[in-house]
Amino acid sequence: MIYLQLFWSFFQIGLFSIGGGYAAMPLIQKQVVDLNHWLSMGEFVDIITISQMTPGPIAINSATFVGIRIGGIGGALVATFGCVLPSCIIVLTIAYFYYKYRQLSLIQGALSGLRPAVVSLIASAGVSILLLTFWDGGVISLSGFDVVALCLFAAALFILRKWKPNPILVMALCGVAGFLLYYLL
Amino acid sequence: MKRENREKGFFLKLFWSTFTLSAFTFGGGYVIIPLMRKKFVEQYHWIEEEEMLDLTAIAQSSPGAIAVNASILIGYRLAGIPGALLTILGTVLPPLIILSIISLFYQAFRDSQAVSAVMKGMQAGVAAVIADVVLTMGINVFREKKALPILIMFAVFIASYFFNVNIILIVVLCGLIGVIDALIGEKRRKERGV
Repeated sequence: MIYLQLFWSFFQIGLFSIGGGYAAMPLIQKQVVDLNHWLSMGEFVDIITISQMTPGPIAINSATFVGIRIGGIGGALVATFGCVLPSCIIVLTIAYFYYKYRQLSLIQGALSGLRPAVVSLIASAGVSILLLTFWDGGVISLSGFDVVALCLFAAALFILRKWKPNPILVMALCGVAGFLLYYLL
Repeated sequence: MKRENREKGFFLKLFWSTFTLSAFTFGGGYVIIPLMRKKFVEQYHWIEEEEMLDLTAIAQSSPGAIAVNASILIGYRLAGIPGALLTILGTVLPPLIILSIISLFYQAFRDSQAVSAVMKGMQAGVAAVIADVVLTMGINVFREKKALPILIMFAVFIASYFFNVNIILIVVLCGLIGVIDALIGEKRRKERGV
């Protein structure tokens, strides 16, 4: 039963995340945190963080992580399979028609409607992550505000916008800064 | 690719190249595509430059992870369905193995105060990376200077963040709006042309 649920949840994540990478994030949050309560919001943010530091798509990474926690190795395989299956079917179908007709205008039309929507979906999940970062546990209060996190966030964003370095480098630096500021001080 | 053109050990080479590309590519789909181009177009000459561009467009406009989509297309193009299955396996295995190992140690990992501090710092970094991505993508939408995409962007944010509207519904609706907009645009162009 749990295998079926895992499969179905990640099938939907695979089916409706268009545009890759971060586009899967809000869908994963919805399925894994809000609907099924497999992970807490904190654990979900951990997954996003770990995904940034490890190779592979966020969706596959979280399928493996969630699957293993809920149903062991079998769960990981089922969730990953569910996540990849919609791509398989749809990509192969599009490829077939593409080679046959070389006509992509309707797909490109759909894509032009989706692109701005995806930006906002990512932004919306991003705001949840931001709130969780600034207020540990996500409960907003004046005393619980994490000034260190705000400074790290602002510095990292500034560096990213200004010099466009590899995001992994920025995250590694933030990790080092976190260790110094939260652990040693 | 025709069967007789395949060199010895072709399938092993195909599997191994997708496996290593996936294992060493940090940063998702937008990074892996140029690397795939380098490997399959420039190094192996299995796919032509122009075709790779088309495959990239399909990979980006299909649902799912871009890296997985691209590897499906390359496998299918080179060796049909068996090729696609092989390249999917090659792409999925590295994250599957790595995340399995991490999840085994996750609890111990998370209970350590030092690791917690590092993760907390990196969390601020992730938030910044996401903010950077959103800013770049959002600015691109504004640069198009079309009313419809900008309208969609604001409407979707309000619907999703404040009203918690189902994401699947949003995706389907916006896709439909895009298709209708494309059809209307095409019709207008035809009318003007006649």
